[in-house]
Amino acid sequence: MALAGQLPPPRTAHLAALRDGESAIIDQGLVLWFPAPGSATGEDVAEFHVHGGRAVVAAMFAALLRVEGLRPAEPGEFTRRAFENGKLDLTEAEGIDDLIHADTDRQRRQALRHLQGLLGHRAEDWRRQVIEAAALVEAGIDFSDEGDVPDDLAAPARARIEALRDDIAAALAASARSERLRDGLTVAIAGPPNAGKSTLLNALARREAAIVSPYAGTTRDVIEVQFDLDGYPVTLLDTAGMRETADPVEQEGVRRARARAAEADLVLWVCEPQDRTLPQEPDWQASVWVIRNKIDLDGTTLEKGEAFAISAARGDGMTDLLAAVARFASDYFGGDNALISRTRHRVLLEEAGTALGQALAELEPELVAEHLRVAAQCLGRITARIDVEDVLDVIFRDFCIGK
Amino acid sequence: MSTGFDVIVIGGGHAGCEAAAAAARMDARTALLTHRFATVGAMSCNPAIGGLGKGHLVREVDALDGLMARVIDRSGIQFRMLNRRKGPAVRGPRAQADRGLYAAAMQAELRATANLTVIEGEADNLSMAEGRVVGVRLTDGRELAAGAVVVTTGTFLRGLIHLGERSWPAGRIDEAPSLGLSVAFERLGFALGRLKTGTPARLDGRTIDWGAVEMQPGDDPPEPFSTLTERITVPQVSCGITRTTAATHAVIRANVHRSPMYSGQIHSRGPRYCPSIEDKIVRFGDRDGHHVFLEPEGLDDPTIYPNGISTSLPEEVQAALIATIPGLERARMLRPGYAIEYDHVDPRELDPTLETRRLKGLFLAGQINGTTGYEEAAGQGLMAGLNAALRAGGGGAFVLDRADGYIGVMMDDLVTRGVSEPYRMFTSRAEYRLTLRADNADQRLTGRGLALGCVGEARTAQHHAKMAALANAKALTQALTLTPSEARKHGLTLNLDGQRRSAFALLAYPDIGWGDLLRIWPELADIEPGIATHVEIDAKYDVYLQRQRADVEAFRRDEALVLNNIDYAAVPGLSNEVRQRLETHQPRTLGQAARLDGITPAALGILVAYLRRTARQVAAS
Repeated sequence: MALAGQLPPPRTAHLAALRDGESAIIDQGLVLWFPAPGSATGEDVAEFHVHGGRAVVAAMFAALLRVEGLRPAEPGEFTRRAFENGKLDLTEAEGIDDLIHADTDRQRRQALRHLQGLLGHRAEDWRRQVIEAAALVEAGIDFSDEGDVPDDLAAPARARIEALRDDIAAALAASARSERLRDGLTVAIAGPPNAGKSTLLNALARREAAIVSPYAGTTRDVIEVQFDLDGYPVTLLDTAGMRETADPVEQEGVRRARARAAEADLVLWVCEPQDRTLPQEPDWQASVWVIRNKIDLDGTTLEKGEAFAISAARGDGMTDLLAAVARFASDYFGGDNALISRTRHRVLLEEAGTALGQALAELEPELVAEHLRVAAQCLGRITARIDVEDVLDVIFRDFCIGK
Repeated sequence: MSTGFDVIVIGGGHAGCEAAAAAARMDARTALLTHRFATVGAMSCNPAIGGLGKGHLVREVDALDGLMARVIDRSGIQFRMLNRRKGPAVRGPRAQADRGLYAAAMQAELRATANLTVIEGEADNLSMAEGRVVGVRLTDGRELAAGAVVVTTGTFLRGLIHLGERSWPAGRIDEAPSLGLSVAFERLGFALGRLKTGTPARLDGRTIDWGAVEMQPGDDPPEPFSTLTERITVPQVSCGITRTTAATHAVIRANVHRSPMYSGQIHSRGPRYCPSIEDKIVRFGDRDGHHVFLEPEGLDDPTIYPNGISTSLPEEVQAALIATIPGLERARMLRPGYAIEYDHVDPRELDPTLETRRLKGLFLAGQINGTTGYEEAAGQGLMAGLNAALRAGGGGAFVLDRADGYIGVMMDDLVTRGVSEPYRMFTSRAEYRLTLRADNADQRLTGRGLALGCVGEARTAQHHAKMAALANAKALTQALTLTPSEARKHGLTLNLDGQRRSAFALLAYPDIGWGDLLRIWPELADIEPGIATHVEIDAKYDVYLQRQRADVEAFRRDEALVLNNIDYAAVPGLSNEVRQRLETHQPRTLGQAARLDGITPAALGILVAYLRRTARQVAAS
């Protein structure tokens, strides 16, 4: 309703302009409405079929999460609800079992990558900090009659909670910018003049985006092509051939080429078939792949392992190269469900941050503890489970408990 | 001679007494088998009942019409509400007991219990037929038939006392251990663990310099444990507080190699929350001193329990270290402290009814399950007694879950996670701590007890009256409303948003109390103060309680998915590790499976799908 303007008739695909509140249209998409109990899960279900761009999906998520009571599903939650409502319609249960398993395997790998990427090792660290803060509060509650537990544990607990809240808020602010998803993966094609960079660009993008000519120095500026690679947004940059030149226009082109390549996430260094030297560009942060082009001209065959040997003009080796770039993109974005699980993580982080803020607003220790419990649960759902034994371990380690 | 009972309870400790009384309340013909009736209700360690978390357990036992709360109310000589200055959810009633009065009151309760026979004797073995327990054989050759047997033998299973370099088999310091049953349990194949606990020396209060120690009085007026007790009539006393000194620590350091804990004589694990004084010095030696609470064991008994210096150092070292503590310089030691090692059964052998999975009709309760504390024992005894009566009566089970009460938390912790140290209750173990309060134990559980049939007449009448008064009071406070500007006339500052707020909602404001409401609505004066306090607490926590209700619903959904007789090898997609854990622990519900270590959300999803499929296949065939 909030997004599509009105509720379509049940079980009918309905074309609607999807809006984020009063503001701009997010997308033109299909809306399906399955009122309970006639839905996959047995509960009210709305489906939005939108265009697959990541920006659209991200905007949809953002809009949906602003609706009170909506949150991303936990892994397997739809299946779970369907089961609970007696609606699970599995023609081949083994198939679903495998699917669930495969799904979570990927999620586990992805979760690991996310811990290294989006969240760093910080989620684990945060979890530890919540436990430490909770231990202080719980020690004050459960062992207040012990002579050896100090009276004022609230102040050190608050200090930890504050630091943790700020830390999480900063991480959220950083991830909210979500630069990677907004900008996509940037791949720069660079190399000496006339190595066939523009031909490669055209072959990759499958259209004549750059002017291709047999004369060195044809591309004087940076040409950008955006294309969709296995669903990932990829920006290809075709850069001017890098060579020492007296032509001021070409010099500027080379300078820009260097600058753009330095900012790219991946550089495809295109060179002559016999050339195996890497570019000497200390500023480049990106991975650099050496692409030996024009193998159709001198009959070089692809050598395994160290470089790509292609003929951009004839198409040799292009499938492998595209697949490799797609793999790179997949890793870069964190796998297939990255967007969804990132949103899930973000929501959990936001909830944890809110709970920490509420903990700080409370004076009663049992209510501080309650908010910390919620914060710990949220963080625990990102990383691993947390339970009271962790808290007790810290209490018994740090305090001399026992009359 | 052969005598028949529905339920036989072996052991007359805190678990045994509650188990026997609970079974008898369920109209089961019950026998309590104990070495000597005179030792029933003995407090072998600290003569105190309740505390944080533990006080909750006592109130819950009371809510189901158990004995412990009533007995301490008739024998307590110092009552204190712990955490009085903190919120109601974490307050815990505690009382120091007169050891003699406690045992006498407990024995009187048991004598007055209908359907209960006390038998003095020692169990030698369990009688079994067709895979279930059918009775108990005594060492004197008697055979007692029973529909169910509750074993509550505490530390009597191969108990081994350590005192300095010496050690000898014993139950309590001067009582024999129970060797026959220990062997029987091993033969049945139960997984046994070994734990350790300890107790301090006892002192002669007449030789303590009370002028040199700080005195701590109890609450005035003392608040009873039981909802059936109107007021405490036992005379009240104060406890003393003193501290260990640098000299104490020097004595301990010089002799720590003679403590069986450090000489390698004891291998088993002791409780982290109840360390011996030598442990405290070794682990937290930088402290300049540790508290010692001097707790009287009785009104007419000069024995003092020096709480905080549990030790198994040799007797002469104990004497030396006690003499270094201010006020105790000339204190006479009545008997030395000691450590005791004992066998316990891995509680993962049990269902949440405390019936063993291995042997139908056999229930275990108390320290034998790896717990410590009178209150933990009483809670288990109660549950085992009720369920044994149900078993003997032909079926049914009475289970409390983690959202029902601390008893449920304890049961689930024990049967799901097992124990690695003697298990003690803490309020932090309860996820729904704000909901599960000591003040509302009766509101949570007495109705359940009534439905089960374990609640006597006196409590039934009182409970109905209280619940009706509560419902009225709540309805009234929710019906009375005012606007912010009306509130301002009464001196209350609210957001001027035009919203009417109920009296109940006003109570949620930290600075608004019952007194303020009385000024606005004089008709609230008809509500008696005890009831008003409950309304105030519910209002204060209301927003949290609502959230916890949602949490509890989710929790109960998982608990409702029962995993019965599942061949995990036949469940496709489970990893080997997960399958092994599920096979080992045989969780009863999906929720319990989720609380096991190493069970992934993926595995739970697979289990759900599998359950659904088998349910469909059963329906189709």
